[in-house]
Amino acid sequence: MSLQPSAVQESAVSLAAPQVSPPPPATGLCLPAATLWWRELVRFYRQRARVVGVIGSPIVFWLIIGAGFGSSFATGAAAGKQGYLEYFFPGTMVLIVLFTAVFTMMSVIEDRQEGFLQSVLVAPCPRASIVLGKSLGGATLATLQGIVFLVLAPTLGIGVGFWQFWSIFGALALVALSLTGVGFAVAWRLDSTHAFHAIVNLFLIPAWLLSGALFPLAGASPWVRYVMLANPLTYGTEALRALLFGRAALPLGLSLGVIAAFDLVMLGWGLAMVGGEGARAARR
Amino acid sequence: MPTPPAVEIEAIGHCYGDLRALDGVSFAVAAGELFALLGPNGGGKSTLFKILSTLMRPQEGNARICGHDLRCEPAAVRCQIGVVFQASSLDPKLTAGENLEHQGRLYGLRGRALALRVTEMLERVGLADRRRAPAETLSGGQRRRIEVAKGLMHRPSLLLLDEPTTGLDPLARRELWSYLALLRERDGLAVLTTTHLLEEAQDCDRIAILHRGRLAALGTPAALTDEIQGEVLVMEAAAPDRLRQRIQERFQQPAQVVGRQVRLERPNAHEFVPALMQAFAADIRSITVARPTLEDVFVHRTGQRWSAENAEAN
Repeated sequence: MSLQPSAVQESAVSLAAPQVSPPPPATGLCLPAATLWWRELVRFYRQRARVVGVIGSPIVFWLIIGAGFGSSFATGAAAGKQGYLEYFFPGTMVLIVLFTAVFTMMSVIEDRQEGFLQSVLVAPCPRASIVLGKSLGGATLATLQGIVFLVLAPTLGIGVGFWQFWSIFGALALVALSLTGVGFAVAWRLDSTHAFHAIVNLFLIPAWLLSGALFPLAGASPWVRYVMLANPLTYGTEALRALLFGRAALPLGLSLGVIAAFDLVMLGWGLAMVGGEGARAARR
Repeated sequence: MPTPPAVEIEAIGHCYGDLRALDGVSFAVAAGELFALLGPNGGGKSTLFKILSTLMRPQEGNARICGHDLRCEPAAVRCQIGVVFQASSLDPKLTAGENLEHQGRLYGLRGRALALRVTEMLERVGLADRRRAPAETLSGGQRRRIEVAKGLMHRPSLLLLDEPTTGLDPLARRELWSYLALLRERDGLAVLTTTHLLEEAQDCDRIAILHRGRLAALGTPAALTDEIQGEVLVMEAAAPDRLRQRIQERFQQPAQVVGRQVRLERPNAHEFVPALMQAFAADIRSITVARPTLEDVFVHRTGQRWSAENAEAN
């Protein structure tokens, strides 16, 4: 046996003499959550295609938007077009973040299929660390992608100041976390990635279309407006719009508050799912 | 202070809807014991394994692991057990070393203590030189050794393994078994493994046979096989059915046809060989006398053939 100088080891039982059951070591919440988060990032950068996708897709969006609006500027019909670019930009950011955030959570299903998840579930770490580690991992990647797009904004004629950049960064992170929370909760229940795709297409794409990304709240018919107001993603789009342009359909404080509250609800839902895993296993 | 048993279960029962997967199963595994949970597929092994590894709470009965109640203190139980599942739990994109580091952190290890432990475990399973190799590039046997190292990172008192030799070639199987035996002898670790392979169970200290959710047998392999009086005689024959019939007519000795073989149990069966050879020399290709095996125990206790049970479940 090698010597283990760290204090963490004091509670661990020696293999040579497992006589007295030690109290469970305090694994805490942060270390297991951090290692699960770290794993998500390592897995990401070891898969070249995913890196290309995350960096490439905002660039593709930027090229398309830039080319489309750029030629319009040249013809001199700038004013109206500029208005629509401003309108469209925050929605595009949400779309980029939405795809990455939700689809990284497909790894929950893969972890279950591969058997990795089982080995985490029999570890003494708190269940919350599983939810946090996975969600924060996905949210980090999604935010990174949104930031790539944001960095390109000035070339489209959208100025972003220093503090403005960091506040948008924060808002993006909140939006990304809420969407990974949704992805986690959906993926936890499912055994196949096909089912995951089906549910994502059924709910998340409409949620994006009705988030104020394509058409404004004000112009929508009353019932569509109610649906939009009930859609948490609307508050994400409007928060980004407010931070980017200083004006939006909803007050910034309200938007950020709703998104933050939605984050907590989704993390809580994820936690409830993971906590109910024993019951789920018992039914199968 | 006496060491609590590694596993202590009383009247464990579990149902999936109408299907009764486990019914009143009780046994104990002593600290430092190498224990096999043997049974055909569908016998209830997997269900019991899920309960012992804290993935599922027992519906009926009580279970304690190293003195901790499975139902009330799952966190304390989780600190005491290392689990090696049948499906690979390694992250293929992480290196062998990273997989162990990740596992250690889930159990609260960090910093220098973690680094030392990873090095130590890689050396112990003989893979120190593969530390930086991505798990997906390791061979099946190497991956299984890393799985075992992963299960032992936090120095558990009990190692649980589910069909650990599945998918391994015979050499890798033997290596894994000798390593498990070494762990028990050198470190006093209790090992509970499920298996559907009789020859693997033969090498354990004690075995429990699960059949249709119930405990069909429990004891040391020697004690179980001693229950069968006498020896087992196996004959290779071109026409086994005819041979069986003629043996029964001539000697009033019940016999059984298993594949191309005729099989019978009898005290001092070796003394029966000359009489058989004299009577049916033309029908018998070869004749073997053997001490009873665990397969005979299974047949004896359940009245069913082991191989047929396995085929049916698959």
